[in-house]
Amino acid sequence: MRLGILCSIVRTEEKLIFEAFRGLGVKFDRIDDRGLILDLNNGNHPWDIVLERAVNHSRALHTLKILNDRGITTVNSWNVANTCGDKVLTSNALVTHNVPTPRTLIAYTPESALEAIDQLGYPVVLKPAVGSWGRLIARVNDRYAAEALLEHKQRLGSYHHSIFYIQEYVPKGNRDIRAFVVGEETICAIYRHSEHWITNTARGAHATNCPVTDELHSICLAASQAVGGGVLAVDVFESPKGLLVNEVNYTMEFRNSISVTGIPIHERIAAYTLGVGEAKATATL
Amino acid sequence: MPNCLECDANIVLDQKVEIGEIVDCQDCGTEYEVRSIDPQQIDYAPKEEEDWGE
Repeated sequence: MRLGILCSIVRTEEKLIFEAFRGLGVKFDRIDDRGLILDLNNGNHPWDIVLERAVNHSRALHTLKILNDRGITTVNSWNVANTCGDKVLTSNALVTHNVPTPRTLIAYTPESALEAIDQLGYPVVLKPAVGSWGRLIARVNDRYAAEALLEHKQRLGSYHHSIFYIQEYVPKGNRDIRAFVVGEETICAIYRHSEHWITNTARGAHATNCPVTDELHSICLAASQAVGGGVLAVDVFESPKGLLVNEVNYTMEFRNSISVTGIPIHERIAAYTLGVGEAKATATL
Repeated sequence: MPNCLECDANIVLDQKVEIGEIVDCQDCGTEYEVRSIDPQQIDYAPKEEEDWGE
């Protein structure tokens, strides 16, 4: 089996994954997307399976599509990346698969967005459809703030920011949950604590271990299956209405989660990837 | 051993360092990308782009 790992810069996560494969005695090709040329007409792609770890969503998305269409299995698939990389598509997948998630409205003009916000009631959360690490998400507390923010997004943002993703604000206390799903198993989870309403660890939240209960596993597996399954990080709110899935991430970061959970997440990703590759090889015999 | 392009401090690379790895200057915090291991070469890390993330 010839393994490729798609990435550019090497974060702690990629370094750990490299070490995990080497520890298993598995050789791999590093595919640096900055030097990659994909010849659509005469493509020669030597890999049987590719693990995607690119930091650029757009490069990952296009590369996965091209590889998948040429019969190369990827972890995760283009379909999963496409759904998880766009919050509109993620929320749509969760709702259509009956996975509990915050109420979300989509609008395309500042006027209709304002009406949607009024329907939800303040406060609401506005997010770019494509984005990560808590960038440019905004809690909107009143109509004046909504009017100003919508005008700013329309005039200053790229066209991506004219797709208004409006989510109910969930009072989740000072923490949320990030759970790691590999295949059909929720291998571990962390609480992300922050005094700020944004609880991304990239924004300074700190992590502690979160026990994986049957309830948490059930909703995380349902979320994973809703977006297509694979190696995923599921963000969950503990709301007064019960657990709600907020987002699902397809190139998950986990550097802060190994020591607090005791689970070698990088090794589980490597083992899963090899398992997928071996299953494919068996199926094609 | 490369030096920080901002403060000239020595940047000590781990023995297991990878090409492409992001490392910090321990003195001033400037981020670098490892471009070569033998000889050791670094350059400024790429700046965060709008579609970066997980």
